[in-house]
Amino acid sequence: MAELSVRCAGIALRNPLLLASGIWGESGESLVGAWKAGAGGVITKSIGSFPRPGYPNPTIESYDRWGMLNAMGLPNPGIEEYPQEIAIALGAGATVIGSVFGGDAAEFANLAAAMAKTGVCAIELNLSCPHAQGYGSEIGSDPTQVEEIVRAVTRAVPLPVIAKITPNATDPAGLAAAAERGGAAAVSAINTLRALAIDVELRRPVLSHRLGGLSGPAIKPIGLACVWQIRERVRIPIIGVGGIASGRDVLEYLMAGASAVEIGTQVAFEGIGAFGRIGRELSELLESLGFARASDATGAAHSATS
Amino acid sequence: MRTIVTVQERVAETPSTVTLRFPYAPAAAPGQFVMVWIPGDDELPMSLSYTEGASKGITVKAMGGTSRNVQRIETGTRLGIRGPYGNQFDPSPKRILIVAGGSGAAVLAPGAERAIAGGAKVTVALGATTEAELLFRERFATMGAAVEVTTDDGSAGARGYVTVVVEPLLATHAFDAVWSCGPEIMMRKVALLARARGVASYGSVERQMKCALGMCDACALGPFHVCVEGPVFSTEKLLELPEFGAFKRDPAGRRVRL
Repeated sequence: MAELSVRCAGIALRNPLLLASGIWGESGESLVGAWKAGAGGVITKSIGSFPRPGYPNPTIESYDRWGMLNAMGLPNPGIEEYPQEIAIALGAGATVIGSVFGGDAAEFANLAAAMAKTGVCAIELNLSCPHAQGYGSEIGSDPTQVEEIVRAVTRAVPLPVIAKITPNATDPAGLAAAAERGGAAAVSAINTLRALAIDVELRRPVLSHRLGGLSGPAIKPIGLACVWQIRERVRIPIIGVGGIASGRDVLEYLMAGASAVEIGTQVAFEGIGAFGRIGRELSELLESLGFARASDATGAAHSATS
Repeated sequence: MRTIVTVQERVAETPSTVTLRFPYAPAAAPGQFVMVWIPGDDELPMSLSYTEGASKGITVKAMGGTSRNVQRIETGTRLGIRGPYGNQFDPSPKRILIVAGGSGAAVLAPGAERAIAGGAKVTVALGATTEAELLFRERFATMGAAVEVTTDDGSAGARGYVTVVVEPLLATHAFDAVWSCGPEIMMRKVALLARARGVASYGSVERQMKCALGMCDACALGPFHVCVEGPVFSTEKLLELPEFGAFKRDPAGRRVRL
Protein backbone atom coordinates (compact mmCIF):
# COMPACT_ATOMS: atom_id res chain seq x y z
CA MET A 1 0.00 0.00 0.00
CA ALA A 2 1.24 3.49 -0.79
CA GLU A 3 2.24 5.75 2.09
CA LEU A 4 -0.55 8.25 2.70
CA SER A 5 0.96 10.37 5.46
CA VAL A 6 1.93 13.82 4.25
CA ARG A 7 3.36 17.04 5.63
CA CYS A 8 1.52 20.17 4.68
CA ALA A 9 2.12 23.68 6.01
CA GLY A 10 4.38 22.16 8.63
CA ILE A 11 1.63 19.88 9.90
CA ALA A 12 2.05 16.11 9.92
CA LEU A 13 -1.11 14.50 8.59
CA ARG A 14 -1.73 10.75 8.79
CA ASN A 15 -3.36 11.03 5.37
CA PRO A 16 -4.14 13.94 3.05
CA LEU A 17 -7.94 13.83 3.50
CA LEU A 18 -9.19 16.67 5.68
CA LEU A 19 -12.75 17.25 6.81
CA ALA A 20 -13.71 20.53 5.13
CA SER A 21 -14.85 23.42 7.27
CA GLY A 22 -18.60 23.67 7.67
CA ILE A 23 -19.20 19.93 7.56
CA TRP A 24 -19.86 18.17 10.88
CA GLY A 25 -17.83 20.77 12.76
CA GLU A 26 -20.36 22.32 15.11
CA SER A 27 -19.94 19.73 17.87
CA GLY A 28 -16.79 18.20 19.27
CA GLU A 29 -18.30 14.72 19.13
CA SER A 30 -18.86 15.10 15.39
CA LEU A 31 -15.24 16.15 14.86
CA VAL A 32 -14.25 13.01 16.76
CA GLY A 33 -16.57 10.99 14.53
CA ALA A 34 -14.86 12.28 11.38
CA TRP A 35 -11.44 11.60 12.88
CA LYS A 36 -12.42 8.05 13.85
CA ALA A 37 -13.83 7.52 10.35
CA GLY A 38 -10.36 8.09 8.94
CA ALA A 39 -10.01 11.79 8.19
CA GLY A 40 -6.36 12.86 8.19
CA GLY A 41 -7.42 15.97 10.10
CA VAL A 42 -10.56 17.90 10.85
CA ILE A 43 -11.27 21.57 10.21
CA THR A 44 -13.77 23.25 12.50
CA LYS A 45 -16.79 25.22 11.43
CA SER A 46 -15.79 28.79 10.76
CA ILE A 47 -15.95 30.55 14.11
CA GLY A 48 -16.67 34.24 14.52
CA SER A 49 -16.50 36.70 17.38
CA PHE A 50 -20.10 36.19 18.46
CA PRO A 51 -22.74 33.44 18.34
CA ARG A 52 -24.49 33.50 14.99
CA PRO A 53 -27.62 31.47 14.17
CA GLY A 54 -27.12 31.60 10.42
CA TYR A 55 -29.87 32.18 7.87
CA PRO A 56 -33.39 30.79 8.15
CA ASN A 57 -34.12 27.64 6.19
CA PRO A 58 -34.14 26.68 3.38
CA THR A 59 -30.37 26.73 3.62
CA ILE A 60 -29.74 23.75 1.33
CA GLU A 61 -30.68 22.62 -2.15
CA SER A 62 -29.32 19.20 -3.02
CA TYR A 63 -28.96 17.82 -6.53
CA ASP A 64 -28.55 14.10 -7.13
CA ARG A 65 -24.91 13.45 -6.46
CA TRP A 66 -23.60 16.18 -8.75
CA GLY A 67 -23.94 19.16 -6.53
CA MET A 68 -25.21 20.92 -3.47
CA LEU A 69 -26.17 24.52 -2.98
CA ASN A 70 -26.01 26.04 0.48
CA ALA A 71 -26.34 29.34 2.23
CA MET A 72 -26.04 28.40 5.89
CA GLY A 73 -24.93 31.93 6.81
CA LEU A 74 -21.92 31.00 8.94
CA PRO A 75 -23.82 29.64 11.95
CA ASN A 76 -21.46 29.13 14.88
CA PRO A 77 -21.48 29.29 18.68
CA GLY A 78 -18.88 32.09 18.80
CA ILE A 79 -15.27 32.00 19.90
CA GLU A 80 -16.11 32.15 23.61
CA GLU A 81 -18.15 28.95 23.68
CA TYR A 82 -16.57 26.96 20.89
CA PRO A 83 -13.28 25.94 22.60
CA GLN A 84 -15.16 23.30 24.63
CA GLU A 85 -15.96 21.51 21.37
CA ILE A 86 -12.33 21.63 20.25
CA ALA A 87 -11.27 20.22 23.61
CA ILE A 88 -13.46 17.17 22.97
CA ALA A 89 -11.85 16.62 19.56
CA LEU A 90 -8.32 17.10 20.88
CA GLY A 91 -9.11 14.78 23.77
CA ALA A 92 -9.76 12.01 21.24
CA GLY A 93 -6.39 12.63 19.62
CA ALA A 94 -7.69 14.33 16.50
CA THR A 95 -5.56 16.65 14.39
CA VAL A 96 -7.67 19.81 14.49
CA ILE A 97 -7.39 22.91 12.32
CA GLY A 98 -9.38 25.90 13.54
CA SER A 99 -11.31 27.92 10.97
CA VAL A 100 -12.19 31.55 11.69
CA PHE A 101 -13.99 34.35 9.85
CA GLY A 102 -13.77 38.04 10.56
CA GLY A 103 -14.73 41.31 8.93
CA ASP A 104 -11.28 42.89 8.92
CA ALA A 105 -7.63 42.16 9.74
CA ALA A 106 -7.97 43.08 13.42
CA GLU A 107 -10.96 40.81 13.96
CA PHE A 108 -9.26 37.95 12.13
CA ALA A 109 -6.14 38.42 14.27
CA ASN A 110 -8.12 38.43 17.52
CA LEU A 111 -10.08 35.34 16.55
CA ALA A 112 -6.98 33.51 15.40
CA ALA A 113 -5.20 34.33 18.65
CA ALA A 114 -8.13 32.95 20.66
CA MET A 115 -8.32 29.92 18.40
CA ALA A 116 -4.58 29.28 18.76
CA LYS A 117 -5.01 29.00 22.54
CA THR A 118 -7.38 26.05 22.14
CA GLY A 119 -4.58 23.76 21.01
CA VAL A 120 -5.38 23.50 17.31
CA CYS A 121 -2.38 22.79 15.07
CA ALA A 122 -3.15 25.43 12.43
CA ILE A 123 -5.57 28.21 11.57
CA GLU A 124 -7.61 28.34 8.38
CA LEU A 125 -8.90 31.77 7.40
CA ASN A 126 -12.30 31.80 5.77
CA LEU A 127 -11.71 34.44 3.10
CA SER A 128 -14.15 32.82 0.75
CA CYS A 129 -17.66 32.13 2.05
CA PRO A 130 -19.77 33.42 -0.87
CA HIS A 131 -22.94 34.26 1.02
CA ALA A 132 -22.20 36.32 4.13
CA GLN A 133 -22.39 40.07 3.98
CA GLY A 134 -19.17 41.75 5.11
CA TYR A 135 -17.31 38.45 5.42
CA GLY A 136 -15.74 35.74 3.33
CA SER A 137 -15.40 36.42 -0.37
CA GLU A 138 -16.58 40.02 0.05
CA ILE A 139 -13.20 40.79 1.56
CA GLY A 140 -11.35 37.76 0.23
CA SER A 141 -11.70 38.85 -3.40
CA ASP A 142 -9.34 41.78 -2.90
CA PRO A 143 -5.65 40.78 -2.88
CA THR A 144 -4.69 43.82 -0.81
CA GLN A 145 -7.09 42.87 1.95
CA VAL A 146 -6.08 39.21 1.76
CA GLU A 147 -2.43 40.11 2.21
CA GLU A 148 -3.21 42.48 5.07
CA ILE A 149 -5.41 39.96 6.89
CA VAL A 150 -2.95 37.10 6.50
CA ARG A 151 -0.09 39.32 7.69
CA ALA A 152 -2.04 40.44 10.75
CA VAL A 153 -2.88 36.84 11.63
CA THR A 154 0.61 35.43 11.09
CA ARG A 155 1.92 38.13 13.45
CA ALA A 156 -0.73 37.28 16.04
CA VAL A 157 -0.36 33.49 16.19
CA PRO A 158 2.57 31.09 16.40
CA LEU A 159 0.78 28.54 14.21
CA PRO A 160 0.73 27.83 10.48
CA VAL A 161 -1.90 29.96 8.76
CA ILE A 162 -3.91 28.60 5.83
CA ALA A 163 -5.81 31.06 3.64
CA LYS A 164 -8.92 29.60 2.02
CA ILE A 165 -9.25 31.20 -1.38
CA THR A 166 -12.45 32.09 -3.21
CA PRO A 167 -13.06 31.05 -6.81
CA ASN A 168 -15.54 33.93 -7.16
CA ALA A 169 -12.83 36.30 -8.32
CA THR A 170 -11.12 37.12 -11.57
CA ASP A 171 -7.75 35.83 -10.45
CA PRO A 172 -7.83 33.28 -7.61
CA ALA A 173 -4.12 32.58 -8.12
CA GLY A 174 -3.44 36.26 -7.50
CA LEU A 175 -5.28 35.96 -4.19
CA ALA A 176 -3.11 32.96 -3.30
CA ALA A 177 0.00 34.97 -4.17
CA ALA A 178 -1.26 37.75 -1.88
CA ALA A 179 -1.72 35.24 0.93
CA GLU A 180 1.82 33.98 0.37
CA ARG A 181 3.17 37.53 0.57
CA GLY A 182 1.25 37.98 3.82
CA GLY A 183 3.03 34.98 5.30
CA ALA A 184 0.53 32.15 4.83
CA ALA A 185 1.96 28.68 5.36
CA ALA A 186 -0.50 27.26 2.82
CA VAL A 187 -3.60 28.09 0.84
CA SER A 188 -6.73 26.01 0.46
CA ALA A 189 -8.75 26.31 -2.73
CA ILE A 190 -11.56 26.44 -3.51
CA ASN A 191 -14.57 27.43 -1.46
CA THR A 192 -18.04 27.15 -3.01
CA LEU A 193 -19.05 29.01 -6.14
CA ARG A 194 -21.77 31.65 -5.97
CA ALA A 195 -24.92 30.04 -7.27
CA LEU A 196 -28.71 30.26 -7.29
CA ALA A 197 -31.66 27.87 -7.32
CA ILE A 198 -35.11 28.94 -8.55
CA ASP A 199 -38.39 27.20 -7.87
CA VAL A 200 -40.46 27.70 -11.02
CA GLU A 201 -43.81 26.83 -9.47
CA LEU A 202 -43.37 29.36 -6.69
CA ARG A 203 -41.43 31.77 -8.93
CA ARG A 204 -38.87 32.47 -6.28
CA PRO A 205 -35.38 31.55 -5.18
CA VAL A 206 -35.28 28.43 -3.03
CA LEU A 207 -32.73 29.50 -0.44
CA SER A 208 -33.84 32.08 2.12
CA HIS A 209 -30.66 34.03 1.40
CA ARG A 210 -31.36 33.66 -2.34
CA LEU A 211 -27.69 33.37 -3.36
CA GLY A 212 -25.70 30.42 -2.08
CA GLY A 213 -22.55 28.47 -2.78
CA LEU A 214 -22.29 25.44 -5.05
CA SER A 215 -20.23 22.44 -3.96
CA GLY A 216 -19.95 18.83 -5.04
CA PRO A 217 -18.68 17.03 -8.14
CA ALA A 218 -19.92 19.79 -10.46
CA ILE A 219 -17.18 22.12 -9.24
CA LYS A 220 -14.24 19.71 -9.33
CA PRO A 221 -12.89 20.88 -12.70
CA ILE A 222 -13.03 24.47 -11.47
CA GLY A 223 -11.20 23.57 -8.28
CA LEU A 224 -8.57 21.73 -10.28
CA ALA A 225 -8.04 24.75 -12.52
CA CYS A 226 -7.59 27.01 -9.51
CA VAL A 227 -5.15 24.65 -7.85
CA TRP A 228 -3.26 24.33 -11.14
CA GLN A 229 -2.99 28.09 -11.56
CA ILE A 230 -2.07 28.65 -7.92
CA ARG A 231 0.68 26.06 -8.20
CA GLU A 232 2.17 28.08 -11.06
CA ARG A 233 2.17 31.23 -8.95
CA VAL A 234 3.15 30.28 -5.38
CA ARG A 235 5.67 28.10 -3.56
CA ILE A 236 3.63 27.39 -0.40
CA PRO A 237 1.64 24.15 -0.20
CA ILE A 238 -1.91 23.98 -1.55
CA ILE A 239 -4.86 22.15 -0.04
CA GLY A 240 -7.24 21.20 -2.85
CA VAL A 241 -10.99 21.45 -2.26
CA GLY A 242 -14.03 21.00 -4.44
CA GLY A 243 -16.10 18.01 -5.51
CA ILE A 244 -13.89 15.21 -4.26
CA ALA A 245 -15.83 11.94 -4.27
CA SER A 246 -13.19 9.29 -5.00
CA GLY A 247 -9.54 8.40 -4.62
CA ARG A 248 -9.10 9.31 -8.26
CA ASP A 249 -10.43 12.80 -7.58
CA VAL A 250 -7.88 13.21 -4.79
CA LEU A 251 -5.07 12.13 -7.07
CA GLU A 252 -6.20 14.64 -9.69
CA TYR A 253 -5.90 17.40 -7.09
CA LEU A 254 -2.50 16.13 -5.96
CA MET A 255 -1.23 16.05 -9.54
CA ALA A 256 -2.60 19.56 -10.13
CA GLY A 257 -0.42 20.72 -7.26
CA ALA A 258 -2.14 19.97 -3.97
CA SER A 259 -0.38 18.46 -0.96
CA ALA A 260 -3.61 17.60 0.82
CA VAL A 261 -7.34 17.93 0.15
CA GLU A 262 -10.58 18.77 1.93
CA ILE A 263 -13.71 16.66 1.60
CA GLY A 264 -17.17 17.95 2.47
CA THR A 265 -20.22 17.44 0.31
CA GLN A 266 -19.50 13.76 -0.27
CA VAL A 267 -20.24 13.24 3.43
CA ALA A 268 -23.85 14.26 2.73
CA PHE A 269 -24.12 11.90 -0.21
CA GLU A 270 -22.39 8.93 1.38
CA GLY A 271 -21.94 9.42 5.10
CA ILE A 272 -18.71 9.75 7.00
CA GLY A 273 -17.54 6.37 5.67
CA ALA A 274 -16.47 8.36 2.59
CA PHE A 275 -13.14 9.06 4.31
CA GLY A 276 -12.20 5.41 4.73
CA ARG A 277 -13.30 4.48 1.22
CA ILE A 278 -11.56 7.39 -0.49
CA GLY A 279 -8.39 6.72 1.50
CA ARG A 280 -8.35 3.07 0.40
CA GLU A 281 -9.02 4.04 -3.20
CA LEU A 282 -6.23 6.59 -3.13
CA SER A 283 -3.74 4.15 -1.69
CA GLU A 284 -4.56 1.48 -4.28
CA LEU A 285 -4.51 3.95 -7.15
CA LEU A 286 -1.18 5.44 -6.12
CA GLU A 287 0.34 2.01 -5.89
CA SER A 288 -1.04 0.88 -9.24
CA LEU A 289 0.43 3.98 -10.86
CA GLY A 290 3.82 3.46 -9.26
CA PHE A 291 3.74 6.11 -6.54
CA ALA A 292 5.24 4.93 -3.26
CA ARG A 293 3.94 7.97 -1.40
CA ALA A 294 1.01 10.33 -1.84
CA SER A 295 3.41 13.24 -1.58
CA ASP A 296 5.25 12.00 -4.69
CA ALA A 297 2.15 12.78 -6.75
CA THR A 298 1.99 16.46 -5.78
CA GLY A 299 2.42 18.54 -8.90
CA ALA A 300 3.08 15.48 -11.07
CA ALA A 301 0.95 16.85 -13.89
CA HIS A 302 3.01 20.03 -13.99
CA SER A 303 6.32 18.25 -14.48
CA ALA A 304 4.79 16.31 -17.36
CA THR A 305 3.98 19.52 -19.21
CA SER A 306 7.04 21.57 -18.40
CA MET B 1 -34.92 19.02 -4.59
CA ARG B 2 -38.35 19.82 -3.22
CA THR B 3 -41.80 18.88 -4.39
CA ILE B 4 -44.36 21.67 -4.28
CA VAL B 5 -47.60 20.34 -2.84
CA THR B 6 -50.99 21.94 -2.16
CA VAL B 7 -52.62 21.53 1.23
CA GLN B 8 -55.89 19.65 0.64
CA GLU B 9 -57.23 19.30 4.14
CA ARG B 10 -56.81 21.15 7.41
CA VAL B 11 -58.04 19.66 10.70
CA ALA B 12 -57.91 21.51 14.02
CA GLU B 13 -57.06 18.55 16.27
CA THR B 14 -56.83 20.45 19.56
CA PRO B 15 -56.71 24.14 20.50
CA SER B 16 -52.96 24.12 19.82
CA THR B 17 -52.50 21.48 17.10
CA VAL B 18 -53.47 21.39 13.46
CA THR B 19 -53.13 18.60 10.90
CA LEU B 20 -52.36 19.45 7.28
CA ARG B 21 -52.87 16.77 4.62
CA PHE B 22 -51.31 16.98 1.17
CA PRO B 23 -50.59 14.65 -1.74
CA TYR B 24 -47.01 13.40 -1.60
CA ALA B 25 -46.25 10.09 -3.27
CA PRO B 26 -42.85 8.94 -1.91
CA ALA B 27 -43.14 5.95 0.41
CA ALA B 28 -42.73 6.80 4.07
CA ALA B 29 -42.52 4.81 7.27
CA PRO B 30 -43.82 5.68 10.74
CA GLY B 31 -41.19 7.71 12.58
CA GLN B 32 -39.77 9.38 9.49
CA PHE B 33 -39.89 13.12 8.94
CA VAL B 34 -40.09 15.55 6.04
CA MET B 35 -38.68 19.05 5.65
CA VAL B 36 -41.60 21.40 5.16
CA TRP B 37 -40.90 24.67 3.39
CA ILE B 38 -43.35 27.46 4.05
CA PRO B 39 -42.35 29.78 1.21
CA GLY B 40 -41.23 33.15 2.46
CA ASP B 41 -41.01 31.96 6.06
CA ASP B 42 -38.88 28.95 6.99
CA GLU B 43 -38.40 25.24 6.49
CA LEU B 44 -39.04 22.96 9.45
CA PRO B 45 -38.55 19.26 10.17
CA MET B 46 -41.93 17.62 10.76
CA SER B 47 -42.54 14.00 11.58
CA LEU B 48 -45.26 12.54 9.40
CA SER B 49 -48.48 11.95 11.33
CA TYR B 50 -49.95 10.19 8.28
CA THR B 51 -47.51 7.96 6.42
CA GLU B 52 -49.68 5.58 4.40
CA GLY B 53 -50.72 6.01 0.79
CA ALA B 54 -50.39 9.08 -1.38
CA SER B 55 -51.93 11.54 1.09
CA LYS B 56 -49.37 12.34 3.76
CA GLY B 57 -49.92 14.53 6.77
CA ILE B 58 -48.19 16.54 9.44
CA THR B 59 -49.61 17.59 12.77
CA VAL B 60 -48.16 20.80 14.10
CA LYS B 61 -48.23 22.26 17.57
CA ALA B 62 -47.97 26.03 17.88
CA MET B 63 -44.63 26.58 19.60
CA GLY B 64 -44.10 30.10 18.33
CA GLY B 65 -42.56 31.63 15.26
CA THR B 66 -42.95 29.51 12.18
CA SER B 67 -44.86 26.68 13.86
CA ARG B 68 -47.52 29.24 14.80
CA ASN B 69 -47.58 30.43 11.21
CA VAL B 70 -47.98 26.83 10.04
CA GLN B 71 -51.13 26.67 12.15
CA ARG B 72 -52.64 29.46 10.10
CA ILE B 73 -52.06 27.65 6.82
CA GLU B 74 -55.33 27.07 5.00
CA THR B 75 -56.28 24.51 2.36
CA GLY B 76 -54.95 25.55 -1.02
CA THR B 77 -51.64 26.79 0.40
CA ARG B 78 -48.56 25.55 -1.38
CA LEU B 79 -45.70 24.00 0.59
CA GLY B 80 -42.33 22.59 -0.45
CA ILE B 81 -41.69 19.06 0.79
CA ARG B 82 -38.47 17.05 0.76
CA GLY B 83 -37.87 13.66 2.30
CA PRO B 84 -38.92 11.47 3.96
CA TYR B 85 -35.74 11.39 6.01
CA GLY B 86 -34.50 9.42 8.95
CA ASN B 87 -35.28 6.01 10.35
CA GLN B 88 -38.48 4.46 11.64
CA PHE B 89 -40.11 2.61 14.48
CA ASP B 90 -39.80 -1.14 14.03
CA PRO B 91 -43.47 -2.25 14.00
CA SER B 92 -42.73 -5.96 14.55
CA PRO B 93 -43.01 -6.26 18.38
CA LYS B 94 -46.30 -7.91 19.34
CA ARG B 95 -47.04 -6.02 22.57
CA ILE B 96 -46.17 -2.34 22.44
CA LEU B 97 -46.57 0.37 25.05
CA ILE B 98 -46.73 3.79 23.41
CA VAL B 99 -46.04 6.80 25.61
CA ALA B 100 -47.06 10.09 24.02
CA GLY B 101 -46.65 13.45 25.67
CA GLY B 102 -48.36 16.42 24.04
CA SER B 103 -47.71 16.58 20.31
CA GLY B 104 -45.57 13.43 20.54
CA ALA B 105 -48.72 11.53 19.62
CA ALA B 106 -48.35 12.91 16.08
CA VAL B 107 -45.12 10.95 15.65
CA LEU B 108 -46.42 7.76 17.26
CA ALA B 109 -49.93 7.38 15.81
CA PRO B 110 -48.94 6.07 12.35
CA GLY B 111 -46.59 3.53 13.95
CA ALA B 112 -49.39 2.34 16.20
CA GLU B 113 -51.64 1.88 13.17
CA ARG B 114 -49.03 -0.09 11.29
CA ALA B 115 -48.24 -2.27 14.31
CA ILE B 116 -51.93 -3.04 14.94
CA ALA B 117 -52.40 -3.85 11.25
CA GLY B 118 -49.56 -6.34 11.68
CA GLY B 119 -51.31 -8.02 14.60
CA ALA B 120 -49.71 -6.21 17.53
CA LYS B 121 -51.51 -5.35 20.75
CA VAL B 122 -50.93 -1.67 21.45
CA THR B 123 -51.46 0.22 24.69
CA VAL B 124 -51.20 4.01 24.60
CA ALA B 125 -50.37 6.25 27.55
CA LEU B 126 -51.49 9.64 26.28
CA GLY B 127 -50.70 12.76 28.25
CA ALA B 128 -51.50 16.44 27.72
CA THR B 129 -51.93 19.63 29.68
CA THR B 130 -55.74 19.48 29.55
CA GLU B 131 -58.46 17.21 28.17
CA ALA B 132 -58.91 19.40 25.11
CA GLU B 133 -55.21 19.05 24.29
CA LEU B 134 -55.21 15.24 24.21
CA LEU B 135 -54.02 14.61 20.66
CA PHE B 136 -55.37 11.68 18.62
CA ARG B 137 -57.32 10.20 21.55
CA GLU B 138 -60.07 9.15 19.13
CA ARG B 139 -57.65 8.00 16.48
CA PHE B 140 -55.85 5.68 18.92
CA ALA B 141 -59.18 4.27 20.19
CA THR B 142 -60.52 3.76 16.67
CA MET B 143 -57.44 1.85 15.53
CA GLY B 144 -57.97 -0.58 18.39
CA ALA B 145 -55.40 0.55 20.94
CA ALA B 146 -56.11 0.54 24.67
CA VAL B 147 -55.77 4.18 25.72
CA GLU B 148 -54.98 5.54 29.18
CA VAL B 149 -54.97 9.31 29.46
CA THR B 150 -53.41 11.75 31.86
CA THR B 151 -53.74 15.51 32.12
CA ASP B 152 -51.67 18.00 34.02
CA ASP B 153 -54.83 19.62 35.42
CA GLY B 154 -56.80 16.43 36.02
CA SER B 155 -59.53 17.39 33.53
CA ALA B 156 -59.37 13.86 32.09
CA GLY B 157 -57.83 10.62 33.29
CA ALA B 158 -55.12 10.52 35.89
CA ARG B 159 -53.81 13.86 37.07
CA GLY B 160 -50.13 14.53 36.42
CA TYR B 161 -47.57 13.76 33.78
CA VAL B 162 -47.99 10.76 31.53
CA THR B 163 -45.30 8.89 33.43
CA VAL B 164 -47.75 8.36 36.34
CA VAL B 165 -49.55 5.67 34.33
CA VAL B 166 -46.44 4.23 32.68
CA GLU B 167 -45.02 2.66 35.80
CA PRO B 168 -48.23 0.78 36.75
CA LEU B 169 -48.72 -0.32 33.13
CA LEU B 170 -45.19 -1.73 33.01
CA ALA B 171 -45.76 -3.41 36.38
CA THR B 172 -49.02 -5.11 35.43
CA HIS B 173 -48.65 -5.91 31.72
CA ALA B 174 -46.01 -7.66 29.65
CA PHE B 175 -44.60 -5.56 26.78
CA ASP B 176 -42.04 -6.35 24.10
CA ALA B 177 -41.30 -2.70 23.35
CA VAL B 178 -41.91 0.81 24.59
CA TRP B 179 -42.11 3.72 22.15
CA SER B 180 -42.02 7.27 23.41
CA CYS B 181 -42.17 10.78 22.06
CA GLY B 182 -42.75 14.04 23.87
CA PRO B 183 -40.82 16.34 26.16
CA GLU B 184 -37.33 14.88 26.49
CA ILE B 185 -37.37 14.94 30.27
CA MET B 186 -40.46 12.72 30.12
CA MET B 187 -38.78 10.46 27.56
CA ARG B 188 -35.80 10.06 29.84
CA LYS B 189 -38.05 8.99 32.70
CA VAL B 190 -39.84 6.50 30.46
CA ALA B 191 -36.49 5.14 29.26
CA LEU B 192 -35.40 4.54 32.84
CA LEU B 193 -38.71 2.86 33.73
CA ALA B 194 -38.42 0.58 30.69
CA ARG B 195 -34.83 -0.24 31.57
CA ALA B 196 -35.86 -1.15 35.13
CA ARG B 197 -38.37 -3.65 33.69
CA GLY B 198 -35.98 -4.94 31.05
CA VAL B 199 -38.23 -3.84 28.17
CA ALA B 200 -36.67 -2.68 24.88
CA SER B 201 -37.38 1.02 24.49
CA TYR B 202 -37.24 3.46 21.59
CA GLY B 203 -37.76 7.20 21.51
CA SER B 204 -38.11 9.82 18.80
CA VAL B 205 -36.06 12.92 19.59
CA GLU B 206 -36.12 16.43 18.20
CA ARG B 207 -33.19 18.71 17.43
CA GLN B 208 -32.44 21.76 15.26
CA MET B 209 -32.44 20.81 11.63
CA LYS B 210 -31.04 22.63 8.64
CA CYS B 211 -29.72 20.37 5.89
CA ALA B 212 -31.41 17.10 7.01
CA LEU B 213 -28.69 15.38 4.97
CA GLY B 214 -26.18 14.56 7.70
CA MET B 215 -23.82 17.35 6.78
CA CYS B 216 -24.40 20.63 8.61
CA ASP B 217 -24.18 19.24 12.18
CA ALA B 218 -27.13 21.33 13.45
CA CYS B 219 -28.83 18.17 14.78
CA ALA B 220 -25.70 16.68 16.37
CA LEU B 221 -26.64 14.57 19.39
CA GLY B 222 -23.58 12.98 20.96
CA PRO B 223 -21.93 10.98 18.17
CA PHE B 224 -25.19 10.86 16.18
CA HIS B 225 -26.95 13.04 13.66
CA VAL B 226 -30.66 12.97 14.37
CA CYS B 227 -31.55 13.54 10.70
CA VAL B 228 -29.78 10.40 9.48
CA GLU B 229 -29.31 8.03 12.42
CA GLY B 230 -32.54 9.15 14.10
CA PRO B 231 -34.98 10.52 14.88
CA VAL B 232 -35.79 7.13 16.46
CA PHE B 233 -33.13 5.77 18.81
CA SER B 234 -32.88 2.94 21.25
CA THR B 235 -33.24 4.77 24.54
CA GLU B 236 -30.35 2.66 25.89
CA LYS B 237 -28.18 4.59 23.40
CA LEU B 238 -29.79 7.88 24.41
CA LEU B 239 -29.27 7.24 28.12
CA GLU B 240 -25.52 7.01 27.47
CA LEU B 241 -25.53 10.61 26.21
CA PRO B 242 -25.14 13.39 28.79
CA GLU B 243 -27.34 15.66 26.68
CA PHE B 244 -30.41 13.35 26.57
CA GLY B 245 -33.06 15.12 28.61
CA ALA B 246 -30.51 17.77 29.57
CA PHE B 247 -29.54 20.04 26.70
CA LYS B 248 -29.88 20.68 23.00
CA ARG B 249 -28.18 23.08 20.62
CA ASP B 250 -29.61 26.36 19.40
CA PRO B 251 -29.35 27.46 15.74
CA ALA B 252 -25.87 28.86 16.44
CA GLY B 253 -24.76 25.52 17.88
CA ARG B 254 -24.65 26.69 21.48
CA ARG B 255 -25.60 24.19 24.16
CA VAL B 256 -28.85 25.25 25.84
CA ARG B 257 -30.61 23.49 28.71
CA LEU B 258 -33.87 21.73 27.96
